[in-house]
Amino acid sequence: MSERSQRTALYDEHVGLGARMVPFAGYDMPVQYPMGILNEHKWTRENAGLFDVSHMGQWDVTGPNVFAAFEKLVAADVRGLADNQQRYSQFLNPQGGILDDLMVTRRGSSLYVVVNAGCKATDLVHARSVLPAEIKISVRDDLALLALQGPKAEAVLAKHDASVRAMKFMHSQALNIAGIAVAASRSGYTGEDGFELSVSTKDVVALWKILLADANVKPIGLGARDSLRLEAGLCLYGHDIDETTSPAEAGLQWSIPKQRRIDGGFIGAERVQRELAQGVVRKRVGIKPEGRAPARDGTEVQDLSGRKIGMITSGGFGPTVNGPVAMGYVETASAVVGTKIQLIVRGQALPAVVCALPFVPNTFKR
Amino acid sequence: MKFSKDHEWVTVSGGIATIGISTHAQEQLGDVVFVDLPKKGRVVKAHESVATVESVKAASDVYVPVSGEVVEVNAELAGDPALVNRAPEAEGWFMKVKLSNEAELAELMDKTANDKFVS
Repeated sequence: MSERSQRTALYDEHVGLGARMVPFAGYDMPVQYPMGILNEHKWTRENAGLFDVSHMGQWDVTGPNVFAAFEKLVAADVRGLADNQQRYSQFLNPQGGILDDLMVTRRGSSLYVVVNAGCKATDLVHARSVLPAEIKISVRDDLALLALQGPKAEAVLAKHDASVRAMKFMHSQALNIAGIAVAASRSGYTGEDGFELSVSTKDVVALWKILLADANVKPIGLGARDSLRLEAGLCLYGHDIDETTSPAEAGLQWSIPKQRRIDGGFIGAERVQRELAQGVVRKRVGIKPEGRAPARDGTEVQDLSGRKIGMITSGGFGPTVNGPVAMGYVETASAVVGTKIQLIVRGQALPAVVCALPFVPNTFKR
Repeated sequence: MKFSKDHEWVTVSGGIATIGISTHAQEQLGDVVFVDLPKKGRVVKAHESVATVESVKAASDVYVPVSGEVVEVNAELAGDPALVNRAPEAEGWFMKVKLSNEAELAELMDKTANDKFVS
């Protein structure tokens, strides 16, 4: 027996808009609206897409020396965060495998953390076990989270609060959207410029309706969220990264600054240091099937002699690319861009090539 | 037009069955981006998975509702898989099968029964 799915505060809105609801990470979530995944994807790349991501975990972490304490949990430079600055990082297990990936933002003397829905319960146990007792984690179940993504996202928000125009990528600030207090960050999961909007669950329906009233904004489901992030080369936890993969294998070493690589002092540091010094046996790469057939998660990757060299961890159709796209792990020797490989789809070897990520150039506001 | 419980449709003319997926099936799948069809000449058995239809989100098996030999596949789907969404029960057909056991047609539902089945 599975537990009954939870619902976000926007459940009735999704159903009212004609969304197809699917179970995801313990929640009933919209996978697509009547517009369909292809059009939702393209709309987000060209206009502004509104996503309900309230299933994700939001924490406030407070206490004495909280920045130094949090550096035990992540390899990011937390102490060096400017106020309202945000960084991407991962929680690692003692073997250096990835427990979850997350966003951490400094807000005054505390930290604001966003973790994946599917990991949020185990993340809490992990963080609690690592942080000293005087560090408090408040799980903000009183907050919802929206993402507004796409080239028109800034203009949509600026109609309500012009200060949004000055926001920098990976920074946050308070916005006033028609009287609703929103904690916005300029970040997202689509490869487009955009914002994540943390708001009281009491206000989220009103905020959702205000944003959807703008002709540039359409609601976007998890299906397009997945195809957008895949084209953007972004990892999905549980697929492209998990406890068996490490930051160096996943190509996430950019999120670990030099000094922290040297100093260590975070859970999993031994493997990070070893792999950054000695290299890794496999790497996450972009994979472009040469034909039209998509190759999905779990597809075996072979070299041209038919030897297994890896596996696809995310794969599907890229609407902006207008063809199949994938990512996965291959042996380091085959991880060079341009390497010809083959993918075993329904018993047939389909030609493919290792390629650079992202498939679609990102348009982050640097 | 008759329908299988796996949401395929069949029309028969002169011992040749034309087979596709139903309007209900394409609605459930969403945007079709690729169709993997069997080779002409393949001998297929009823309820066998002979084709795959890929939406943005997932790959789904297509089960042939009748036995026989594949005599033609819809070449249009290679260049325009979205035909399955636009005209699932017409131009978006998948394959033609020369029936080897017409009695199997009796197991299929008519439109009224199918509408009830999918509702």
